[in-house]
Amino acid sequence: MTIDPEMAEIIKVFFQESREGLDAMESGLLGLGAAADSENINTIFRAAHSIKGGSATFGFAEVAAFTHGVETLLDEMRNGVRPVTSEAIQTLLQACDCLREMISAAEAERPLDRDRIAAINGDIKHILGTEAAPAPAAAAPAPSATDAPPQAASLPAGWRIGFQPVANLLRLRNEPTRMFAELKRLGALGVHADDSRLPALEALDPEACYLSWNLELTGQIARLDIDNIFDWLDSGCRLEFTEVGAPDLAPGAQSQSATAVPVFAAAADSAENAAESATKATESATKAAEPKHAMASEPPRSAPAAASPPQKPSGESGSIRVATEKVDAIINLVGELIITQSMLSGFADGVEPEDLDRLRQGLSQLARNTRELQESVMQIRMLPISFAFNRFPRIVHDLSRKLGKKVELKLEGEGTELDKTVLEKISDPLVHLVRNALDHGLETPERRLAAGKGETGTIELGAFHEGGNIIIEVRDDGAGISRAKVLQKARERQLVGPDQELTDEQVDNLIFMPGFSTAEAVSDVSGRGVGMDVVRRNIHDLGGYVQIFSKEGLGSTIRIRLPLTLAILDGQLVRVGKEIYIISLLAIVETIQVSRERLGKLAGRAEVFRLRDEYLPVVKLCELFGVAGESRSTEQGLLVVVEADGKRAGVLVDDLLAQQQVVIKSLESNFKAVAGIAGATILGDGTVALIIDVPDLIRSVAKQRVAAHAA
Amino acid sequence: MAKKILAVDDSASMRQMVLFTLQGAGYEVIQACDGVEALDLARNATVDLVLTDVHMPRMDGISLVRELRGLPNYKFVPMLILTTESSMEKKADGKSAGATGWIVKPFNPPQLLATVARVI
Repeated sequence: MTIDPEMAEIIKVFFQESREGLDAMESGLLGLGAAADSENINTIFRAAHSIKGGSATFGFAEVAAFTHGVETLLDEMRNGVRPVTSEAIQTLLQACDCLREMISAAEAERPLDRDRIAAINGDIKHILGTEAAPAPAAAAPAPSATDAPPQAASLPAGWRIGFQPVANLLRLRNEPTRMFAELKRLGALGVHADDSRLPALEALDPEACYLSWNLELTGQIARLDIDNIFDWLDSGCRLEFTEVGAPDLAPGAQSQSATAVPVFAAAADSAENAAESATKATESATKAAEPKHAMASEPPRSAPAAASPPQKPSGESGSIRVATEKVDAIINLVGELIITQSMLSGFADGVEPEDLDRLRQGLSQLARNTRELQESVMQIRMLPISFAFNRFPRIVHDLSRKLGKKVELKLEGEGTELDKTVLEKISDPLVHLVRNALDHGLETPERRLAAGKGETGTIELGAFHEGGNIIIEVRDDGAGISRAKVLQKARERQLVGPDQELTDEQVDNLIFMPGFSTAEAVSDVSGRGVGMDVVRRNIHDLGGYVQIFSKEGLGSTIRIRLPLTLAILDGQLVRVGKEIYIISLLAIVETIQVSRERLGKLAGRAEVFRLRDEYLPVVKLCELFGVAGESRSTEQGLLVVVEADGKRAGVLVDDLLAQQQVVIKSLESNFKAVAGIAGATILGDGTVALIIDVPDLIRSVAKQRVAAHAA
Repeated sequence: MAKKILAVDDSASMRQMVLFTLQGAGYEVIQACDGVEALDLARNATVDLVLTDVHMPRMDGISLVRELRGLPNYKFVPMLILTTESSMEKKADGKSAGATGWIVKPFNPPQLLATVARVI
């Protein structure tokens, strides 16, 4: 539909603006329950009004028509005509969702979900108490002074117009001469001015209009066309029309005198009365009809996906939008710069002593500059976590209503920043965790009272920085994890051996195992048992770590640790033969010397190592990656204990080297994806070191064990 | 000298639409996003036409028209309100505040240009 590229750009702005407007409406509506202040309602109204205007202007008629109903309801609410009920708020919230869907459908040129639109429209009309057909943006044009029937077929030969404007006319910049010029375009015009009301010169106000006119317009012209020319006239102006050459029409307005006759005023009154009685008739007719009881079935509320990934805030906060590819290109360059710089520092050792000092100074300056550049560039990708937290007031509101639980949501540390991609990817897992806490963690008001707690449960979302990571916590003061139940279920599912002893913490973290759920019934909210393990896997894929701490009867806390950025890793360099590998520090639990007594063999083949109470599979990197190791036997090497997905393994290496920050370079885009390898980096001396993908490693080891066992 | 128009609307996409249309017809356009900003701009420049939306934060369009009419330079400047309201009250409010006329949204570019040409 959009022809012009410029128009297409403007329409893009409209879509973005509408989404922001809908967000504003939603948070306004959520805040409306507590205190219905007029500023809030007006803001909500304006947002709807803007969307209506824009959608009509840019050709999205259905959006405009739907928004009109919303706007009408909001208008009544802000004028105090309609009370702000929770039913109305709920309907308006659903209307917001529907509009979001309509906007994104319009953007993607997808068909609309008409049933949903009709259902919510029905709800709105039910509240408004009218049964009228969806009102289009323009109401029926107010009838002008005449009751003359439409003059489609028989146009008079001309018109005589008596025109006496109000004194103020010129101050409103409504020039009579302009109107005459427009009339001239319709037909031949004769103008006679009447200066009878002109006062003496001393009393004359030069800005006022004292003149009136008699006009004769010749030609077959419809009254409507003339009305359009005069449509901006104040109702105080006097306009009187007489048809020429059609004596059977024009009831009553027969005078031709130059001076204005208050026929206009009388005609106006009667016209107004007629209009009034007409609307009264329609109103009573519609009230008699049965109001439609279309109960909108809750549209399946899949958590609103992060459809609009958090963009940079709009203009007024002094920021600009930057294309992600540009930023990624800069980050890549900075990575190269760091590698170059670290190469140069190694080089400095072979230079003449005189130049050495200057070179060293230059290099340390370079190091400082690059570090600063790196930090500021990383900042570009950082966004506050509020972008993810912002979905939750709505989610908690809707879910608590649905489950019949009373919940207060507290947010802490919304300003804490993290990488945009990490933010986008952590959003859905967070939603799952919050829904879980609401569904399974928090008790119903009755149970809470019975347990001596307050009726209203609390869910807290918090974020803060710690070291080079961001910690996100989801806390609830609900019933906590029932360890007995969990252990029993785990034993039933054979996830835990019948005699195996587990610590409290280990039991709690069992809920992250695939297929695990102690929910009695699978609710559509959560409880299918596919959630928690996916959550954990998503977090691990981000290079992060998740744990749950729980106290029965008091509540639970889920703690997520995530790296601040995906491009840089804090890694432990390890050596296997001549090769250097890197293991993420986040994945390392501890590193130990191998002692022969602790080694054993499972089924005669796979090696295991006994670490306190558990048996860790031993992964020999030299075997896995096919490189020549140095250590002749296992016990000569070092064992790096790593953890992922709740499982641990011991990685056998020859030597531990330094710990350092490395820039992750994608293997996939430079070569191809390799199992067990997460990426690569270039070390200061120019050698390539491969970064080990710990979760992948552990998964493949588990598979191998199963296969070996079966064999 | 090109005629100057002050366009006021809290919606960025509407402002852009109006800007695009009017500039394309050779007018010079300055923009404001609400009545307060518009009043500031108006005090520092004289325009040949004011085009304003009605519903805006901080100061709405009708109040803006009223304030502008109080400025000596704006006594005779044509002022049009852009509105989706087609009820008589809003138009009458506009009139009593001093507006020259109104344009009902949605409008298409030719409509906007024609109406502007009427008064500028």
